[in-house]
Amino acid sequence: MNTVIFRTIAPYLAALMIVFSIFVLLRGHNEPGGGFIGGLIAASAIAIYGISAGVAEVRRALVFHPITFAGFGVFIAALSGFMSLFVEVPFLKGLWLFINLSDGSELALSTPMLFDIGVYFVVLGAISTIALALEEDEDDK
Amino acid sequence: MASSAATPKDLPPAMLDVATSAADWVIVWPIALPMVGAAILLMLRNRTEWQAPFSFAILIATLLANFSLLQTVFAKGPLTMTMGDWLPPFGISFTADALGALFALVSTVVMLVVVLFVQSEVEARETKYGYHPLMLILLTGVSGAFLTGDLFNLYVWFEVMLIASFGLMVIGGRKIQLDAAIKYGFINFLATTFFLIGIAYLYGLVGTLNMADIMVKAPLVENGAIASVAALFFLAFAMKAAAFPVNSWLPASYHAPDPAVSALFAGLLTKVGVYALLRVHLMLIPQSHGQLQILIMAVAVFTLVLAPLGALAQTNARRALGFLVMGGIGAMMAGLAFGSSRGILGASLYAVHSMLTMTALYLTVGLVERMGGTSDIRHLGGLYRASSPLSILFLVLVFAAAGLPPFLGFWPKLVLVQSGIELTLAENSLAVHQWWVVGALLLNSILTSIAGSRLWAHIFWRNGREGRQSEMPNDRIKMLDRRGTRWGLWPTAALVALIVAIGLWPSMYIRAGIESANDVTRSSGDYVTSVFGERTQ
Repeated sequence: MNTVIFRTIAPYLAALMIVFSIFVLLRGHNEPGGGFIGGLIAASAIAIYGISAGVAEVRRALVFHPITFAGFGVFIAALSGFMSLFVEVPFLKGLWLFINLSDGSELALSTPMLFDIGVYFVVLGAISTIALALEEDEDDK
Repeated sequence: MASSAATPKDLPPAMLDVATSAADWVIVWPIALPMVGAAILLMLRNRTEWQAPFSFAILIATLLANFSLLQTVFAKGPLTMTMGDWLPPFGISFTADALGALFALVSTVVMLVVVLFVQSEVEARETKYGYHPLMLILLTGVSGAFLTGDLFNLYVWFEVMLIASFGLMVIGGRKIQLDAAIKYGFINFLATTFFLIGIAYLYGLVGTLNMADIMVKAPLVENGAIASVAALFFLAFAMKAAAFPVNSWLPASYHAPDPAVSALFAGLLTKVGVYALLRVHLMLIPQSHGQLQILIMAVAVFTLVLAPLGALAQTNARRALGFLVMGGIGAMMAGLAFGSSRGILGASLYAVHSMLTMTALYLTVGLVERMGGTSDIRHLGGLYRASSPLSILFLVLVFAAAGLPPFLGFWPKLVLVQSGIELTLAENSLAVHQWWVVGALLLNSILTSIAGSRLWAHIFWRNGREGRQSEMPNDRIKMLDRRGTRWGLWPTAALVALIVAIGLWPSMYIRAGIESANDVTRSSGDYVTSVFGERTQ
């Protein structure tokens, strides 16, 4: 499995997958995509990088323990619910903010997007915690 | 914001332009606070010294939120918030009535005591693995289950609770804990599957899973179909509550984790099953109660009698307590079997008593284990000399669990027996059989006090270990160190003091129970109004 070709290509592949996962995350809501699937793609990128470069290298690159990302995700998702506290609507109401950009296009910011980013981090954190733990076991053998 | 104003003519007037004031958020806080707290603690996983103070602060805030929720519910009746401003049968409603709010409050009290107790035994390694976040997630799941107004959402909270409890069960990483987690996990997944199948059938029958909507629509469906769904739910929740004959997982798993964790499980988890039974069988689909009544009565009688007998046969103190927990489940099942307003009052009072008393009993035995070095009562003895306060706490709790006056367990037992006798005098084909339940309730009290006194005699009264050394002082006893006394003994004593105080001045307690029973029996009244508004009635 750990060939020269794979080792050379894996960092690029992982970087590409992370970028793609963010694209998928932001494309969500009205089109296929969203936080869950984006998080899965990002977690697979981390898993691939772990197989090629070793778990220690991945942990160093991530800076924080992956489960920290999951905690951050839950926090962000809950935060998106609390936004509705300020406009006197029930918890988790979808609130939208449209910003007109100078070239005529429109930037849509919303609490569902914030929630999706939270989901992205939860999935990324939880799955890569499991993946890294499994890969670490294999390193020991 | 344009979406909600698009079709105003379709909306009932109560739905339009009603600003959700910050006061309505009181139903969200008991669930959101522990969840956010768990998330923050997960991010701070390397700051082990911050974990305990932070989770304590979160729990205090949750406790205050629960207090104000209960007050609101008592003053104004059930309170609803439908998430995301969707309309009720489609959006997920959170509906707090007196029963749910009362149970959520008591669970937070239990959790608060346990978090303090944890300080006396937790290892730094376990804190780093996420002891405190897991406990907060467990509370999130339990409060969510008590406060949700949607049947599928109830399932989701069951899962949240289960996942947290798996983590807590194996956090020490000992072999016995993995063994227990397999038994516990397998049977609970099975129960959850039955629950899900029941949900699917019910959705097929009534086309909704919103609890208030089920209350409106279930009476329109043929009774036989509803009864089979009710039987599935009964099986699923009885497994969760550990009622006979699906009870064997409880004593097989509750002795394995840390004492604080098993105290938490004994206090909270089975009671969520009982809550679901009361909610589903007496409130959502009460028309099927008649068909199932004889079955529920049989389950109640067997659980009531066999559980304390099981406790008598055990030599492991914590396994014996597991059987005493199940005895309490039998009493709550009796309340469910009666199904009358007074029966529900007894069951909900008993659940509150059981949450407090069983947690305190497990914590006390945790201290006994720490002093005696084992939970095998054959090797314990002489603890009375070593720590008389502990022996008094244990004895008080045994009396409370057995239902001897003036301790806490007396009042729910009294109400249950009264309610049973009331029903036996009624003109009803099942009336004669109610005597069995009443008899079992009384027999349970005797057997529980025998089993509890046996534990007390072995652990505290006897001088030394079993056998020839029984008159010689037990040389294995270690006195509690300062950490053990401050964080172990004092929180336990405070909880016992609360139990004694409620037992001596029970009027608030009973009034809260009456409110809960009213909210459950007042079928499709205030509860439905609180979800759908006035006009849809």
